[in-house]
Amino acid sequence: MTAHAQDPYRIGRGGGADSTTGRGEGGPASKRTTVGYGFWIYLLSDIILFSGFFAAYAVLARQTAGGPSSHDLFGQERVAIETAALLLSSFTCGLAGVAAEKRKLVPALAWLLATGVLGAVFLGLELIEFAEMIGMGAGPQRSAFLSAFFGLVGLHGLHIAVGLLWLGTMMAQLWVKGFRPQVLRRLMCFTLFWHALDIVWVGIFTMVYLMGVAP
Amino acid sequence: MLGKLSWSAIPFSQPIPLIAAGGVGLALFAVLGWITVKGHWPYLWKEWITSADHKRIGVMYVLLGLVMLLRGFVDAIMMRTQQASAIGHAQGYLPPEHYDQIFSAHGTIMIFFGAMPVIIGLMNFVVPLQLGVRDVAFPTLNSTSFWLTAAGALLVNMSLVIGEFARTGWLPYAPLSETTYSPGVGVDYYVWAIQISGVGTLMSGINLVTTILKLRAPGMGYLRMPMFCWTALGANMLIVAAFPILTATLAMLTLDRYLGFHFFTNEAGGNMMMFVNLIWAWGHPEVYILILPAFGIFSEIFSTFSSKPLFGYRSMVAATLFIVVVSFTVWLHHFFTMGAGGDVNAAFGIATSIIAVGTGVKIYNWLFTMVGGRLRFPTPMLWSLAFMMTFVIGGMTGVLLAVPPADFMLHNSMFLVAHFHNVINSGVVFGAFAGITYWFPKAFGFRLDEYWGKMAFCLTLAGFLIVFGALYVLGLEGMTRRLQHIDFTEWAPWLYVSVAGIGVMILGVASQIVQIVVSIRNREALRDETGDPWDGRSLEWATSSPPPAFNFAVLPKVHGEEPYWTIKRQAIESQGLADEPPYEAIEMPRNSATGVVTAFFATLIGFSMIWMIWWLAALGFVGAYATFVVFAWRDEEEKEIPAEEVARIDRARRAARSKWLEENREQPA
Ligand code: HEM
Ligand SMILES: [Cu+2]
Repeated sequence: MTAHAQDPYRIGRGGGADSTTGRGEGGPASKRTTVGYGFWIYLLSDIILFSGFFAAYAVLARQTAGGPSSHDLFGQERVAIETAALLLSSFTCGLAGVAAEKRKLVPALAWLLATGVLGAVFLGLELIEFAEMIGMGAGPQRSAFLSAFFGLVGLHGLHIAVGLLWLGTMMAQLWVKGFRPQVLRRLMCFTLFWHALDIVWVGIFTMVYLMGVAP
Repeated sequence: MLGKLSWSAIPFSQPIPLIAAGGVGLALFAVLGWITVKGHWPYLWKEWITSADHKRIGVMYVLLGLVMLLRGFVDAIMMRTQQASAIGHAQGYLPPEHYDQIFSAHGTIMIFFGAMPVIIGLMNFVVPLQLGVRDVAFPTLNSTSFWLTAAGALLVNMSLVIGEFARTGWLPYAPLSETTYSPGVGVDYYVWAIQISGVGTLMSGINLVTTILKLRAPGMGYLRMPMFCWTALGANMLIVAAFPILTATLAMLTLDRYLGFHFFTNEAGGNMMMFVNLIWAWGHPEVYILILPAFGIFSEIFSTFSSKPLFGYRSMVAATLFIVVVSFTVWLHHFFTMGAGGDVNAAFGIATSIIAVGTGVKIYNWLFTMVGGRLRFPTPMLWSLAFMMTFVIGGMTGVLLAVPPADFMLHNSMFLVAHFHNVINSGVVFGAFAGITYWFPKAFGFRLDEYWGKMAFCLTLAGFLIVFGALYVLGLEGMTRRLQHIDFTEWAPWLYVSVAGIGVMILGVASQIVQIVVSIRNREALRDETGDPWDGRSLEWATSSPPPAFNFAVLPKVHGEEPYWTIKRQAIESQGLADEPPYEAIEMPRNSATGVVTAFFATLIGFSMIWMIWWLAALGFVGAYATFVVFAWRDEEEKEIPAEEVARIDRARRAARSKWLEENREQPA
């Protein structure tokens, strides 16, 4: 049939009808790829969630309603320790991933434990900071600035807390069930998650703590 | 012990919600009782409730959406009749505080629990079939998404009897939605219902994006995907990018309401316009989340029933992606009146008008698809044609609203109401109906009755034109939206017209229900043995109807844009099917109760947070965590379907196909 030759549907359809374009010629991707990819997309959405709170902070940072401002509140010392703990935990988390690649159970668990401890140190310091601020009347109800601060930093802290819960569960699983593909996939996702939280923290550290005390 | 919850939460003094809730409750108990008496629970539990099969989940999504569309429609009838009966001295039958809840519930239910589930359900059902694969990327997550959406819908409906719903409109603008002005539990119901179902929507977005980008039959490159998969990809990318903004915004509102934060309050430096900005930064992409899959449905239908490939496939892909990007740059057109200044308004006005270009490209492509085709006009095609003719009007009134000076006059008028109902009804709702009638035979193995389908189509279209035609006029005459009482008697005639229109629409909805009943009764006569009732072109028609759990016995190999059309042509030309492939055992995901159990705990958390029953909320969180651990501890995620079983099922399909070939021998196309 050549009647279709003058058919307008040909316009814009390109010539090479059989040239394969795009990826996926080989059929469905492996489970590991799919899981990792899906988790990346989740992380993107999570970063957008954070960006909402970042935006709110940017809008409200000067709205102190006569209360304390960032200059009055943020010391550098504790935040420096917090940051160091978190960055270090990312490193140990990476080492746990390496150990898992080599199927070494005890080192993997040890590095994961180190990650958890460092994460807990971070979270503990953050909670102390929150408690002190609330104690001196600089709680989230005081001003829109403080609402945005507690919202943004608290959201990150909440992520860390959930991450610790996840970490504990996964360590138990690793301990009981060993290196099964399923557990390894989760470990991969966890490392991604933990590194992403690190990146978000770098943003918070810069925008809240550094820019907050800049003259 | 029970937080704010007490007997006074039940509106004993208000007959309307009580009777409505009583009716719904009675119907629910009747259905549950019937299931119990007939002993259907084990079947429902095993085959549907815990199913991880994307087709079953898709069907449940659509069912939930249809039921909720009905519920929202009842709200609509109440609003139209209230306005028509409250002109001048008349007061109507709904007091203001009740009327306000109804328009808020109407919008919330229609968008979040009506339109979204139907659209997501269709994507769930169709996309893996069109891609030629066996399931979505994360089947258990898919089930969880569905059940979380259902949990949100349940919470909204609970507000009918226990407490109240928001009175703030479908987007709870601050500071009206703050505790100062909305002290009741209404806004809390809204927030928790939307947050819970929003998590479900986000997860299903992630799931479908991953499915489309990572799971496709061998040879199906990006530019060989059916158009519906492309628009589904666009919509789900928008979900991933936009829904977190909604979650963040409502989380801030929740912090304001529960813990006295000042994100959006009048006091202490809060910024209420930030709420409006954030909510529309989600809200505008949301309207494209709804409309893009509908565009895809229309593309499939125009091509199938014109018996031609889609015209300008690549320009269609480009237009879709263009809309995806630009839909994030226009949100300010929802509040030109904020006072951002002339230059800002102009920029957003222009961006808004530019979006219409993408839509225009699509309209022309559909027209050219029909040019020179062999056209057929079954019900799905009728919905699509009606869409094309009426949607253009909605698009043009949209562009009118995108001109800031005009918008200053028309903002929050009935003209705006008519605009968005115009685009949503003729786009999303007609698209949903078109898609449902088009794919129904695939899901259940028999077609829907054409006579009642056409009847429903004519009545719905006529009713829709009358109702919203009248609202356009009212808007131009200066009537504002959300009026519980009408002072200007001059508007009365048009209000009566719109009530008449809704009467016609009621008949349309009734015809649709009749259509389903009649079709189920006559299912033997409407049966489709071939799996390809419409002479389709994409891979979902290559398998039997309903498809087996594994969709395809052997993953199809794709060599061009319309893989199934090619297979079919070859079969007709060679007068025989391709050789029987070697069958192998197939791994399919196991059933899992994770979804329902999670949704149960989510409902518990939502309800106890609304009523501030803290211990119950804590219990809910512990339960949700326990569910997670149990799920994680599962040893076998998959079950195996043996090769003999696969062979048996596929041979039956091949037999039906061979028979079809025999019967159509005389008339090779
Ligand atoms: C041709 C493209 C479109 C243009 C130029 C356009 C333009 C606009 C403008 C300027 C407004 C704000 C008017 C005001 O508040 O004063 C608006 C509102 C709205 N539009 Fe559109 N629109 C278009 C397509 C759509 C589509 C496809 C949908 C849905 C599927 C949609 C749904 C809505 C909704 C829901 C609202 C407002 C809801 C509310 O305020 O509660 N629009 N549109
Ligand atoms: Cu918009």
